[in-house]
Amino acid sequence: MAGTGSANGTGGMPGAGGTGSTGGAGGVGAAEVRERARALLAACPPRTTGRRDFLRARFDAGLAWVHFPAGLGGLDAPRALQAVADAELAAAGAPDNDPRRIGIGLGMAAPTILAYGTPEQRARFLRPLWTGEEVWCQLFSEPGAGSDLAGLRTRAVRDGGDWVVDGQKVWTSSAHTARWAILIARTDPDVPKHRGITYFVCDMTDPGVEVRPLRQITGEAEFNEVFLTGVRIPDAHRLGAVGDGWRVAQATLMNERVAIGGGSAVPRESGMVGPVAATWRERPELRTPELHDRLLRLWVDAEVARLTAERVRQQMAVGTPGPEGSGLKLSMARLNQQLSGLEVELLGEQGLRYGDWTMVRPGSVDFYGRDAGYRYLRAKGNSIEGGTSEILRNIVAERVLGLPAEPRTDKDVPWKDLPR
Amino acid sequence: MTTAKRPSPAVPDLLYSEVEDDLRAAVRAVLADRCGPAAVLGRIETAEPYDPGLWKVLGADLGLAGLLVPEEYGGQGASAREAAVVLEELGGAVAPTPFLGSAVLAASALLGCAEAGAPDLLGRLAAGEVTAALAVPLTAAPGDAFPQGVRADAAGRLTGRVTSVVDALGAAALVVPAAGPDGPALYEVAADAAALAAPVSLDLTRPLADLTLDGAPGRLLAAGGAARAALERALLTGAGLLASEQLGLAQWCLDETTGYLKQRHQFGRVVGSFQSLKHRLADLWLEVVSARAAARNAAGALAAWDDPAEVALAVAVAQAYVSPAAVHAAEEAVQLHGGIGMTWEHPAHLYLKRAKADEIALGTPGRHRRALAGLVDLPAAAG
Repeated sequence: MAGTGSANGTGGMPGAGGTGSTGGAGGVGAAEVRERARALLAACPPRTTGRRDFLRARFDAGLAWVHFPAGLGGLDAPRALQAVADAELAAAGAPDNDPRRIGIGLGMAAPTILAYGTPEQRARFLRPLWTGEEVWCQLFSEPGAGSDLAGLRTRAVRDGGDWVVDGQKVWTSSAHTARWAILIARTDPDVPKHRGITYFVCDMTDPGVEVRPLRQITGEAEFNEVFLTGVRIPDAHRLGAVGDGWRVAQATLMNERVAIGGGSAVPRESGMVGPVAATWRERPELRTPELHDRLLRLWVDAEVARLTAERVRQQMAVGTPGPEGSGLKLSMARLNQQLSGLEVELLGEQGLRYGDWTMVRPGSVDFYGRDAGYRYLRAKGNSIEGGTSEILRNIVAERVLGLPAEPRTDKDVPWKDLPR
Repeated sequence: MTTAKRPSPAVPDLLYSEVEDDLRAAVRAVLADRCGPAAVLGRIETAEPYDPGLWKVLGADLGLAGLLVPEEYGGQGASAREAAVVLEELGGAVAPTPFLGSAVLAASALLGCAEAGAPDLLGRLAAGEVTAALAVPLTAAPGDAFPQGVRADAAGRLTGRVTSVVDALGAAALVVPAAGPDGPALYEVAADAAALAAPVSLDLTRPLADLTLDGAPGRLLAAGGAARAALERALLTGAGLLASEQLGLAQWCLDETTGYLKQRHQFGRVVGSFQSLKHRLADLWLEVVSARAAARNAAGALAAWDDPAEVALAVAVAQAYVSPAAVHAAEEAVQLHGGIGMTWEHPAHLYLKRAKADEIALGTPGRHRRALAGLVDLPAAAG
């Protein structure tokens, strides 16, 4: 079904030749993945093949994301076998697709397109998404719709074969480099809020799209505001049914938190405890008994958080994920904030200074190439972005502990009648 | 940037094996049958706080008395991982049994002396015929100096006093650290050769005893470095496994409180639907989940015993984290139960008393953090 023909644009790759014929065979094993990787390397030696050509060929060989369907960059193989392909290709010096640069596309857009896209949409979008030729961003949050995302007010109105979109989105990373966006907008204000939303793919080069940097607490602008004025989206770029956008968005948001996977335990003193401990060891003159006790408490908390994450990883490795994963983000947000706060305090006079307030546009977040003040300020976002700690506690209380939801007044009222 | 001096070793298996699940189910079934909250409450003010019938089933029939004792001495030959699972269940029931004192502390000390005549006592202990107690205050912590409160003469006669010993009441034998003629030594002393007094203890389900020895005859079990090592290993094992008892206790408090908040109505609503209470329980859940990882890590490190410094580190981390988490869980249980949580009739107070006593037992959280400072190279401020 999955449009194998149109995605296999590179034709004569040895790996791609077999891809179509495996036809969803569930029996792809490590040996076959390794064999395909070697065939790809033989046909496209990294030393003499351009980066873009190599990545396209890798996609066509089914080695992009092996758990995806054949013809769409995968082999219908178990997800765990991706590590086999990655290791084989990395050892040969093959280029990767710089996943940090295209995280929104890989982590959120791709799984949603796979789950809800038409064959034409999958064939059009997935390959350049994976190779990084087309960067994606996410147009979900709005100034008036953060935790209550379903209350969003960006409108999409049907006009012939198109939808016309007007509204404002915020906290959009990569909007200034993105070719495409996943977008949710209100298509029916007369029904309760969760039911009147539709999910689209938005062309970021449309003249009605205006991207403005959003300067943040650290002085720089990782994120953007995106103003949508009369943006025209063809109905062929709708993902899922009209009015079903909330359900489609759940698939996207679910994938936002799946990131923990294979591999092994992270080393002790990874994360924000590392720089504080290093400063403590290197600068004995800064030590006080009170700071010592606080440092040891946080060191214990960080070590226990590491062990808790490792326990979640072990559970996933044996195929029995527990609910513990839901708590990891809560722990990390608190730890990052407390450790970076302690670090600024420990530094004393140096803590009074800040590296650089210049408004810049960093390519990605790097906690560790910067000073303690930056870490302290940036970590404030950890309990807000990707679900506030307050919302996450609600989720734990309701989904893990089974406590009842608070009485809701907004669930059955038409969106247009909600108080605002 | 410098990194920690100690490299990260492999993290042990933090999950539960099928064998461990089976063991848990067997212990839980016995406790459900014989050690419910009403039974524990009914016994605590009697002259026999321990239920000998319960300990016979657990210790002798299920073999828990000799769980950590190798098969060659008549025990089960299990590891700290299994003992940890048992302690989770015993903690969850605040079960009044001598498992910690006899099967963990005394047995571990005796195992360190196995070359010097201890096998005889170990065999009887493992068979569940007798229990033994390690004659140190419950506050003794790994890394403490060897106790000097009891002196032994050249003829092996012991004189001195040890306070706040657990599981000595009802024990047949005492394993007594003493300052011997040639330095540190461990002696076996018959319990009836010591004068035992029972102070009123905060923890109603784990009574204490103060021991007085006045020329009591002792049998030398180990001397010098061997005695030191045996006692240290016993204290490390006890402290590390205590984290699993605290975990079981905290899990009971979380489960019981969550269940209560689902059925208690006020203001026309289930009180568990109020966000302030939901957030408190969510935070508590996260602490318990984290405590489980820490406790399993300590049990795994004790079971493997590859690198003594790593064992000490895992134990210190577990105690520093799980002790306060268990106290917090018990305090939340009392508070969130409201008035009923303050009554004698409701078992929440038994858990609070155990949690608070466990926090002091085998090293306070602050004591374990101090130990960590040395283990992970985060030295205290000078002067």
